[in-house]
Amino acid sequence: MRQSALNTVYALAKRDPRVLFIGSDLGAGVLDQMKAEMPERYLMEGVSEANIIGMSAGLAMDGFIPYVNTIATFLTRRCYEQIAVDLCMHDLPVRLLASGGGAVYAPLGPTHMALEDIAIMRALPHMTVVCPADAPEMTRAVEATLDWPHPVYLRFGKGGDPVISSDERGFTLGKAILVRPGADVLVISTGVMTARALDAADLLAPTGIDAAVLHAHTVKPLDAEMIADLASSRSLVVTVEEHSRIGGLGSAVTDALAEAGVRTPQLRLAFPDAFVFAYGSQDSVLQAAGLQPPSIAERIRQVVDTHGGRRLEAVRAE
Amino acid sequence: MKTTEATSAALDDRSKYLRSLIIDGLSAGRGHVGSPLSLVEIVRVLYDEVLHVRAEDPSWNERDRFILSKGHGCLALYAVLADHGFFSKDELERHCKSGALLGGHVDAHVPGVEASTGALGHGLPIGVGLAIAARLQRRASRVFVVMGDGELDEGSVWEAALAASKHKLEHLTAIVDYNKLQSYGRVEDVLPLEPLADKWRAFGFAVREVDGHDVNALRDAFAALPFEAGKPNAVIAHTLKGRGIGFAELNAKWHHKSSLDAAAIDELREALERN
Repeated sequence: MRQSALNTVYALAKRDPRVLFIGSDLGAGVLDQMKAEMPERYLMEGVSEANIIGMSAGLAMDGFIPYVNTIATFLTRRCYEQIAVDLCMHDLPVRLLASGGGAVYAPLGPTHMALEDIAIMRALPHMTVVCPADAPEMTRAVEATLDWPHPVYLRFGKGGDPVISSDERGFTLGKAILVRPGADVLVISTGVMTARALDAADLLAPTGIDAAVLHAHTVKPLDAEMIADLASSRSLVVTVEEHSRIGGLGSAVTDALAEAGVRTPQLRLAFPDAFVFAYGSQDSVLQAAGLQPPSIAERIRQVVDTHGGRRLEAVRAE
Repeated sequence: MKTTEATSAALDDRSKYLRSLIIDGLSAGRGHVGSPLSLVEIVRVLYDEVLHVRAEDPSWNERDRFILSKGHGCLALYAVLADHGFFSKDELERHCKSGALLGGHVDAHVPGVEASTGALGHGLPIGVGLAIAARLQRRASRVFVVMGDGELDEGSVWEAALAASKHKLEHLTAIVDYNKLQSYGRVEDVLPLEPLADKWRAFGFAVREVDGHDVNALRDAFAALPFEAGKPNAVIAHTLKGRGIGFAELNAKWHHKSSLDAAAIDELREALERN
């Protein structure tokens, strides 16, 4: 996913002189070809995130579109004030390419795990928050950012994530994609969790629960209209995210449903409000948090069995 | 000059006039007092004689870029911008009032202002980006960033200094309003900066120290830019916090005031007259 994003930045830079790339202290060889072909628009600025964000703001003020890449936690926690003041307050078209969103860096521990990045980024006025599901969608997302007139936070997955997006469904910032129809339950997910939500929906089908899956790649601006529309005719809304339960997709969906007056019950599947010292892998940490497909399916089934059955029947009768 | 030397320059009529505009800005009852008063001559010389800017076309692409990174000194900048016709001087008296154009920190919505500041340590990184942008676009625009001395406590300033040096930004000038007093008290007590000029040199800047209230000295320093080919510039302007208001000079209690009544404003005007 990261490679797709960076390759797309390079492709955009070739056709648009406004595009430039800024890295912090990335791995050797990153975008070597871009560096060779357009050294003026390839900047590697060291472990100085605050300066990099301010610098990218200055460049954007004078017409450039900087794509800034480093590890998600350093890009969000370290220089939050620079993002708020320099980028968002001036509403500048800087793109933050966040390597290792969510639990990707689980083996490296919680200094590197971005489990609150969506929350703190979406709290900032003018910021757009995008979590593509897979590498092809990352390419579409980066392309879509070129002329988006606001700052963007793009969250990367681990790489090699199963491909669930498609050219036919396309990609529009702010427009969620219904990747699986289903009459009973609406599962809303973002990033690489959409693949897991789809698998969970497949596991639910034999139990008689027909789950739709809506891929909300853009958490802000959230496609509130589509969410409210789909939620209002279903028995349960489930959000699935590789993020703290505070302030992420689940919170955004709660906000959207409350504001639309939709009272469908909600199940929010996310990481607990805790730092994760479990190490292992992204998959093992997701497993422990109940965020792998069998757990997702089981938790949905439990809620439907316990609380949703009557409502499910009512919805079906309508 | 020695780094601890107090300013010896007298205030001429223009410097007093610009300070009277700052007092206009305080007349709504609140604002930073000592902080803008130390940098009046810096912004005066820049806008009167150095910067290529156009009040009638503030976003003229070829302009020089000026950032007041110590955003709490905004009244000095606003006084000079108003005097140069970027907006009406009437706006000064509404400073910090509800719905006013001018608030208590530098705001990019104000004509002539490049960047909103207020949180410290933001201006120099932005200035680095502006200077690189000018180079990439083959513009002759120069970039000037004024920082406070307390602001230099922020690590982001030194991150940006490393970058400015790396990129050999000789059209970038960092100006330190070195008034020796931060909010709590003396800089040398709160977080000492000395040897300050050596620090900037060590970070790869060409450095000059000037009396920051001496208009001629500032003019000469800016006329000598760039000081050295291939190096960013640092002007350490030795200033006096509260300069021009005797009882506020070097007095940390006058960093900011939030309840200035009409009598207090009169006292400020009288003190200014006594210069």
